[in-house]
Amino acid sequence: MKTTMKEGFDLAMMRGLKKWRLFSLLAALTIFLSGCGEEYLSTLTPAGQVGRDQFNLLLLSSAIMALVIIVVVIIYVVALVKFRRKKVGEDVIPKQVEGSHTLEIIWTVIPILLLIVLAIPTVYYTYKHADVAAMDQVDEEGNKTNVTVNVTAKLYWWEFEYPDLGIVTAQELVVPTDQKVFFNLKAADVKHSFWIPTAGGKMDTNVENVNQFYLEFDKESAGLEQGVFYGKCAELCGPSHALMDFKVKTLEPKEFKVWAESMKTTEHVAADDLATKGEEIFNTSCITCHATSGAGTAGGPAPNLAAFGDRNRVAGFMPHDEENLKNWINDPQEYKPGNLMPQPETINNGKKFSEDQLDALAAYLMGLSVEK
Amino acid sequence: MSSIAKKKGFGATIWDYLTTVDHKKIAVMYLAAGGLFFVIGGIEAMLIRIQLAQPDNDFVSAGLFNEIITMHGTTMIFLAAMPILFGFMNAVMPLQIGARDVAFPFLNALGFWLFLFGGIFLNLSWFMGGAPDAGWTSYASLSLASPGHGIDFYALGLQIAGAGTYIGGINFLVTIINMRAPGMTYMRMPLFTWTTFVASALILFAFPPLTIGLFFLILDRMFGGNFFDHTMGGNTIIWEHLFWIFGHPEVYILILPAFGIFSEIFALFSRKRLFGYSSMVFATVLIGFLGFMVWAHHMFTVGLGPTANAIFAVATMAIAVPTGMKIFNWLLTIWGGSIKVTTPMLYALGFIPSFVAGGVTGIMQAAAPLDYQLHDSYFIVAHFHYVIVGGVVLAILAAVHLYWPLMFNQMLSEKLGKWTFWFFFIGFHLTFFIQHFLGLMGMPRRVFTFGANQGWDLFNLISSIGAAFMAVGVIILVVNIIITVVKNVPAGNDPWEDGRTLEWAIPQPVPFYNFKQTPLVRGLDTFWIEKQEGNKVGMTYAEPLSDIHMPNNSFIPFVMTLGLFIAAFGALYHGEKDWAIPVLVLGIAITVGSMAVRSIKDDHGFHIHKEDLMNDKGGK
Repeated sequence: MKTTMKEGFDLAMMRGLKKWRLFSLLAALTIFLSGCGEEYLSTLTPAGQVGRDQFNLLLLSSAIMALVIIVVVIIYVVALVKFRRKKVGEDVIPKQVEGSHTLEIIWTVIPILLLIVLAIPTVYYTYKHADVAAMDQVDEEGNKTNVTVNVTAKLYWWEFEYPDLGIVTAQELVVPTDQKVFFNLKAADVKHSFWIPTAGGKMDTNVENVNQFYLEFDKESAGLEQGVFYGKCAELCGPSHALMDFKVKTLEPKEFKVWAESMKTTEHVAADDLATKGEEIFNTSCITCHATSGAGTAGGPAPNLAAFGDRNRVAGFMPHDEENLKNWINDPQEYKPGNLMPQPETINNGKKFSEDQLDALAAYLMGLSVEK
Repeated sequence: MSSIAKKKGFGATIWDYLTTVDHKKIAVMYLAAGGLFFVIGGIEAMLIRIQLAQPDNDFVSAGLFNEIITMHGTTMIFLAAMPILFGFMNAVMPLQIGARDVAFPFLNALGFWLFLFGGIFLNLSWFMGGAPDAGWTSYASLSLASPGHGIDFYALGLQIAGAGTYIGGINFLVTIINMRAPGMTYMRMPLFTWTTFVASALILFAFPPLTIGLFFLILDRMFGGNFFDHTMGGNTIIWEHLFWIFGHPEVYILILPAFGIFSEIFALFSRKRLFGYSSMVFATVLIGFLGFMVWAHHMFTVGLGPTANAIFAVATMAIAVPTGMKIFNWLLTIWGGSIKVTTPMLYALGFIPSFVAGGVTGIMQAAAPLDYQLHDSYFIVAHFHYVIVGGVVLAILAAVHLYWPLMFNQMLSEKLGKWTFWFFFIGFHLTFFIQHFLGLMGMPRRVFTFGANQGWDLFNLISSIGAAFMAVGVIILVVNIIITVVKNVPAGNDPWEDGRTLEWAIPQPVPFYNFKQTPLVRGLDTFWIEKQEGNKVGMTYAEPLSDIHMPNNSFIPFVMTLGLFIAAFGALYHGEKDWAIPVLVLGIAITVGSMAVRSIKDDHGFHIHKEDLMNDKGGK
């Protein structure tokens, strides 16, 4: 609903598709399809070249398949109308036809040709999207020219490490626009799958090997309804698989640099007494697992909270407010069954946190920001 | 005493079924047990759709939801679709080729009991600490991490049921190769027999990888193995390969017999020979062959690399060609025919657009780069339900109506049958068509709930409403069956009047020895040929009336299976309960003991004498 007709046409006008005779069908399909879904989540509103390539393949294959369906339906309907027993007569014995070589050849050769039309871009994009050679490119000073993110999927959260920048964050991926962003993907416990529908297809995070691919983002997320793209876990990984969401913030390259710098030098100063009290509780009960400094490497037992205050969600899926944060801290199992965060009793002398403690913790955590 | 005079009480009837080796009775048991599991799987489906009818629903908990989806998939594939198809193969195929029975009646019974006990074992998990919860694919890292015994029930239950399927498959192969009536050359075999043959060959080659995978899983989970534990040098991707090397042919094991059923229906109710018979046979064999070449298209996103992905993408697309041939041959069969829209034909006509839709989305997924988006999203859920429900389940429902008079000498109500069809068919499209778009809109599959305002709320509700329609359809079918069984009006032979193949030539109710004299097959659609030539006695026969050699009933298959069932509990509780090992040994001893009895004790069967046969009216 959010994509205008003009944008719909622009997508279909993509070079390379222009020459297909199926053009008008494609255009109609584009308009129809892009009417579906939210622009921060739908594969039908691609926000980068990889997603767009895949979307174009969707259009091409849909058009070819629509053609096949139309042919089948026409023959089917005509046969059904013409050859009903009511029409041909109760006692008629139809001619017992064995078959037709000509027809057999026609419906073997034409599908083969149609499939070749589909197979060529399929093979081309398969190789194109797997090409991660540019990952290790360096400029004259020996700095990497592209951003690489090491993604580690864990029971039910995501860790994002930027090895060349020396920073690490969680749950909210921050990437620069208008360039290839490379990903090293791995799972820490069971298999998950990393999927940002608007940016492009998914890639599994296996437990035994690192998978690599790249995505591109050509739109700043700031303009979106909630200021972020949605990311999902696409492989069943346990009870809270459905809640293993993450968010993606895309910044233009300059802003991304600023963000990365401030992540490197996170220095959190509690804003007021309440937050200071929260910091004390945090340092007794939480800091064993949760880091609050953005500088560092992957491997934390729990999400890095250096930029918690800037995030869009609590625990990856709940609205980002103090109420949810307090509920979450005091009963993680209730909200995300099977997750590995300790219940408060185990870290707070056998008791739930009191309302005062929770207020203090929430004030402290919401103040952890690198953007403010 | 006549060897064929029968009048039995209830207990004797039960005992008869427990010990039977008659393919027709085994067919009834497959149908009954498969039907029961189909209802259980259907109830699980309803729970899924109730949970997903609205966002943030808490009708079932997250963990329970995963158990339900796992059992829904596993039950529908292994315990409903396959056994029901096996039921029809058993009921119809031996009659179609004019055989006395299957080649190994004893093994036939063994196969059934293995399936049933495996299925019961798997479903006992609900009452014994929780069902498996890693999806029907049970990917290794998650299945190893899954607490409790759910996955153990899955691995052991499927191992037992799988052995039954394997035995059944071999039995059908040997039967079709060796027991065709005189004149029934390969190229005169009805399409349902052909598809049974190819599906059985697929079982022969596809089940061993599953068996190996399940053994690895059993060893890993219960006996300290490390085949899939990567921290100990194992590899989880091996499971994915083994599973899909089995799993992809498995979908052809399901769909080919469905193709066979529809081929019979199109010819029968168009009063016309199947168009392009030889290319249909060729396409069946080719699909079966290519079915083994494409398993990695389930694994495009695993990271196999672009070369593997490209090869498997193109190989997958190739399957569309023989499948397309079939579709067009069916269309040309009804073209120029005399179409009578009975309930089975209605299903066949509904199948064409449904299956074409499922097929083309399969081609879209074959385009690997596009599949990166579609994989594990609701698009996939829509796709495989379009082929499995739109193909296999429609075929099963069609066959229930088509072959009911053959199996039970009664006609199901055509009126209720059509009601079932329309509810089921409309509900099916309502449920699954919209799921394609949910997937494209970013909804992953196997989610126990979804947050509101992601653009998925309305479509999920529509999908759930569709599911309710399907349920109503199935309920009408059950009512139809009950009414028909209670009324018990004899249908006689050739109840559809235009029967073409040999099974319709047999008198009703079918004598337990099948054809009194083995018929002579004079061409494709041999019964049709006889009718067209005005043959009033049914068939031309290939032999004079003589004694018939029949196998004895046996209780051994049941006991043999019971042993494995008991042993499975021993394996399940290994390392946890003291009695585990003794029970494991006891169970295996029962099985091996009964095998020994079977081997050592001679069982020559019995003869039905010519005089008795002459007196037997054969159900007229």
